[in-house]
Amino acid sequence: MTLAGLVITILSAIVVFIVIGIFLMVILYSEIKVASHIQSRLGYMRTGWHGTLQGLADMVKLLLKEEIIHPKTDKLIFLMAPYVVFVPAFLAFIVVPFGPKLIVQDLNIGLLYFVAISSIGVLGIFMAGWASHNKYSLLGGIRSAAQIISYEIPRSLSILGVIMLSGSLSTVSIVSAQTKVWYILLQPLGFFLYFITSLAECNRTPFDLPEAESELISGFHTEYTGMRFALFFMAEYTHVFAACALGTVLFLGGWQGPLLPPVVWFLIKTYLLAFIMLWLRWTLPRVRMDQLMNLGWRTLLPLAIVNFVFTGVGILLVS
Amino acid sequence: MIRTEEFYLNIGPHHPSTHGVLRVLLKLDGEKIVEAIPDIGYLHRNFEKIVESRTYTQVIPFTDRLDYTNSMGNNLAYCMTVEKLIGITVPKRAEYIRVIMAELNRIASHLISIAGCGMDVGAFSIMLYCFREREKILDLFEMVCGARLTYNYIRIGGVSQDLPDGFIEKVNAFCEYFKPKIDEYENFFLNNYIYLNRAKGVGILTKEDALNYGASGPVLRGSGIKRDLRKDEPYSVYEEFEFEIPVGENGDSWDRVKVRMEEMRQSVRIIEQAVQRLKRGDTELREGNYINPGVPRLIKPEAGEIYHHIESPRGELGMYIVSDGSFKPYRLKVRSPAFSNLSTLPVLLRGVQIADLVVIIGSLDPCFGEVDR
Repeated sequence: MTLAGLVITILSAIVVFIVIGIFLMVILYSEIKVASHIQSRLGYMRTGWHGTLQGLADMVKLLLKEEIIHPKTDKLIFLMAPYVVFVPAFLAFIVVPFGPKLIVQDLNIGLLYFVAISSIGVLGIFMAGWASHNKYSLLGGIRSAAQIISYEIPRSLSILGVIMLSGSLSTVSIVSAQTKVWYILLQPLGFFLYFITSLAECNRTPFDLPEAESELISGFHTEYTGMRFALFFMAEYTHVFAACALGTVLFLGGWQGPLLPPVVWFLIKTYLLAFIMLWLRWTLPRVRMDQLMNLGWRTLLPLAIVNFVFTGVGILLVS
Repeated sequence: MIRTEEFYLNIGPHHPSTHGVLRVLLKLDGEKIVEAIPDIGYLHRNFEKIVESRTYTQVIPFTDRLDYTNSMGNNLAYCMTVEKLIGITVPKRAEYIRVIMAELNRIASHLISIAGCGMDVGAFSIMLYCFREREKILDLFEMVCGARLTYNYIRIGGVSQDLPDGFIEKVNAFCEYFKPKIDEYENFFLNNYIYLNRAKGVGILTKEDALNYGASGPVLRGSGIKRDLRKDEPYSVYEEFEFEIPVGENGDSWDRVKVRMEEMRQSVRIIEQAVQRLKRGDTELREGNYINPGVPRLIKPEAGEIYHHIESPRGELGMYIVSDGSFKPYRLKVRSPAFSNLSTLPVLLRGVQIADLVVIIGSLDPCFGEVDR
């Protein structure tokens, strides 16, 4: 790699990091605001105009907080876990195209890379649960591992339809293939499956079992304080962003759209998906562990296989 | 067969879903509960001993703090017991006011219970909706007696003061506002597919168990036994009102919540009827006639004992007073419905998943002010 290429890669990584940071601020703020308006209350109102600065205030608070580490924890693993959760979530953005040229690295196995790297996070969650020396956290960690591994399979299968249609694993060429028609119209079932499994992957309601606050008291991150807790928190929302961004790329035609610049279109679609996730969170209760497993293995997986087979048959018939 | 090692998990006393300070020691096999040992007493405030050194009138504020979500009902139970002990009557108007207050408080208490059940399964919004409605009831209480939680409003021989101007209109407005809301919550929360899956068939309490453990209130009625003291042993003026007793079918957690939902409807019916009677203004219901003027300053009943029970939102709330002829009760024993209902917990928790624990505790609706006293 030439020096110029290296500089460009580093710069774009920084840009992506800033974009994620901005997204996190916006999504955290809108989470509270959407929640409050759904629940007929106001939410943040004191810090800044309508509480817009609350994100900054929270960050300062979390940075200044004392870090409490229980003496019986497995220290190395305990300290590493938040990074193991956060870094893969961040790395997934390497292959997300924000615009025609706005991509860190257009890998030719982009999708495979995305699916693989974003599922490493579960390792960190399990590490956190294991090292915390807390039975609640352990249960949360075990739940999370079981959940994410089970939903990985229908999720990958639901993406398969899109790969078959576009004939490529590169995110840029998938978006380019949707110039005429978005894949959500050709793959409605695929999109539906992708969205549901993404909810489970991101530990969002109704599948937020690993951190079920009512029975497990926040599960795997019960013992974390300060910035390490914030890292878990940010990782969760980064996962949300990544899942919504990939949903946009795969099914909603990525950056494509009339009039507005590509990046704006991309962000609009991503936020739309994120908004649906928030909306669901404040509407639905939480499912139980065995129900979750039943849904994953007995409903979503067969549906994903059906979708995959039908897509194949369809392609064969058309060609 | 491969078996994993069983381990103990301590839930509470400071746990978000134990609805107070309940501690449960769980023997777990994976996520399955093998055995549950409830441990109570973290909110013990010595109520029954304290009242032995207070005069009969001084006890009323203490009863507020028993089941703090149902202070009016506790006031009512205690005052009716003392009235029965010293044999004084209560003016008709005061009886109607008492019924209105008790039923409003029943709605408020059931709202908290449903809110808690929602929180336990992760449905956050229903909690805030319920509290929004409860707020309106608290406003009504504030109007009547100035307090929002510990009312000390119902007194021996009547109530502490007459209804303020405009109160009846406000109660009517609340009933009109609240009726459609119950349907809304049924659709939004109770009949939600995920909640049905979480609560149906979970924590089934059989009729026999319910009777053996002395369960009462929505817990007993959820198991399909039609017993409600307001109908079976009518006290105050309850026999004048038309209302139904909802019962469940299977005795599971869902049925218990459903019974509460239905009871709120019936309470609204009772309130509407009571308000109508008051509005008609018969001579015996005239304004200002809210307390029996013949109640002695210092109550000094003859030696003896008395038991009286009413239907509180949680079930049969009984007060047993032993008098030795002095102006202080010799002994006051509270028959707490929440305590009896909670004692079914080890039966209900055997063999269920840990996630069902919170659903079951929520559906029993314990209030620890009353369990521990």
